Amino acid sequence: MVLAMGKTLVEKILSDKSDKDAMAGDIVIAKVDVAFVQDGTGPLAVRQFDEAGFAKVANPDKTILFLDHAAPSPNKQLSNDHMLLRQFSKNTRVQLSEVGEGVCHQIVAENYAVPGDVVVGADSHTVTAGAFAAVATGMGSTDIAVAMALGKTWFRVPGTFKIVVNGSFKKGVYPKDLILHLIGMIGADGATYKALEFGGDTIDAMPISGRLTIANMAVEAGAKMGLFASDETTKAYLVSQRRGGSYRPIVPDPDAIYERTIEINAGTIEPTVSKPHTVDNIALTRELANIEVQQVFMGTCTNGRLSDLAVAASVLEGKTRSSDTRLLVAPASKKVLSDAIAAGYIQVLLDAGAAIMPPGCAACVGVHQGILGDGEVCLSTANRNFKGRMGNPNSYIYLASPATAAATAITGRITDPREVV
Amino acid sequence: MLKGRAHKFGSDISTDLIAPGRYFHLRSNLSELTKHVLEDADTEFASKVAIGDFVVAGNNFGLGSSREHAPIIIKMAGVAAVLAKSFSRIFFRNAINVGLPVLICDTDQIDQSDELEVGLATGTVKNLTNGRNIIFNRIPEAMLKILDEGGLVPYIKKHGDFKL
Repeated sequence: MVLAMGKTLVEKILSDKSDKDAMAGDIVIAKVDVAFVQDGTGPLAVRQFDEAGFAKVANPDKTILFLDHAAPSPNKQLSNDHMLLRQFSKNTRVQLSEVGEGVCHQIVAENYAVPGDVVVGADSHTVTAGAFAAVATGMGSTDIAVAMALGKTWFRVPGTFKIVVNGSFKKGVYPKDLILHLIGMIGADGATYKALEFGGDTIDAMPISGRLTIANMAVEAGAKMGLFASDETTKAYLVSQRRGGSYRPIVPDPDAIYERTIEINAGTIEPTVSKPHTVDNIALTRELANIEVQQVFMGTCTNGRLSDLAVAASVLEGKTRSSDTRLLVAPASKKVLSDAIAAGYIQVLLDAGAAIMPPGCAACVGVHQGILGDGEVCLSTANRNFKGRMGNPNSYIYLASPATAAATAITGRITDPREVV
Repeated sequence: MLKGRAHKFGSDISTDLIAPGRYFHLRSNLSELTKHVLEDADTEFASKVAIGDFVVAGNNFGLGSSREHAPIIIKMAGVAAVLAKSFSRIFFRNAINVGLPVLICDTDQIDQSDELEVGLATGTVKNLTNGRNIIFNRIPEAMLKILDEGGLVPYIKKHGDFKL
């Protein structure tokens, strides 16, 4: 009798979806559960879909076109791209997420991804859905066009780095600080071609929102996926979205083989900032107190969720932004915006001087709504600070948690949140 | 055998440097977008590059977004192959899908403007300027099948399915 070897999360899920005993290094053809594009990658996907001669989409109910990166459209070219996607949705009956519904990854989290899924999207931050014990990864337009039509794609099963996090965060420290800390440790290409699998008591105690933040940034270490086991927290989240029936527990085998194990004591992490122009260029927030900031941007698929706005509102309550610093807030989805209004957070942010923008990617991608001027500095809760990312190569982007962003908006310079609360 | 001149870049050349977000509105007009290829890494590149030339870089080439427009406009600019010490995985897969050869090799052996001869079948880069021979990592078998057809769309048109 041959004993099956222990499997990591990605090996388990890809074995299930490919009907093979998939281990790291194997090439598999796997069933795709959720496939999507956004308005920056979708028009090319539609053209490649047509060029390949496809007429039908395999699974229209779980194939989604998101209008989020340039929504509402800032110019006629992008308006025409939006028209192309709307027409494709009509022709093929795939789902259309209109202007103002929110960022693709947040809506995939709210409405689509479930444990055990294979989720592929023409957007690098598709890794976000790994928070649900899903194999979720970004690909290009052509790969997604083919996945939409055939309902499957190919993968080389990645080896896995196990990231074990134990202990409690200090006051003012959040999951964003943890993932920035990890990327600083292993580098922007430290996990290229690998899956990151997160575990440990800090992770077990972490709400879904924090897991989404961490999974979202796995790609900033080069990783193909960032996975979390599914547990009672996952179940409670799915129940809250009226999708409790889709829950199933998926955990790695105790004898799974990891290429590398990295242990982190959460209690040693301090508020952390990523400096221009690469995400692994990490510093402690308090070391950057002399950096003046003209724009604070709060939102995105990394940190635009209700809990993020709650943290920001708690820091900003009764305070106002610096007169030299504008504060842009874009909730990650319509549901987040609606819940934040009901909870009173939006009023607190408005009173503090924030400009509230429609749910979507907003200033993150440099297309519209918050492009920086020459020499300006932005502190953002997003995931990327590459040169030119926010529309101007002569500007500077720092990445941090919503708490640090809120504190920075008050003082007008990069500020450890513990200084203002 | 491919023959051309090297255009040397450093490490961490992101897709934002290759296809800047401020030209987002040109993504459905690829020939126009090609005029801005690699603009934020080298403002002169688009005007200097000749058909058959090579982009040569350090580590983690193509990191960042999944925009397939990045390898497409490098290819449309006439570049015959990208050589780097390492690639970001989405860029690597996208390049193969659009028929742009991506070769992992020791690019320290190549300087700006060196004349190179690349043998995709032999797995070697000959630096005609300094006389050195460089071996590149073979492209994985499954991906070579896609590249050999000229990319994923021609591959699927021919085979109708994945036969990797």
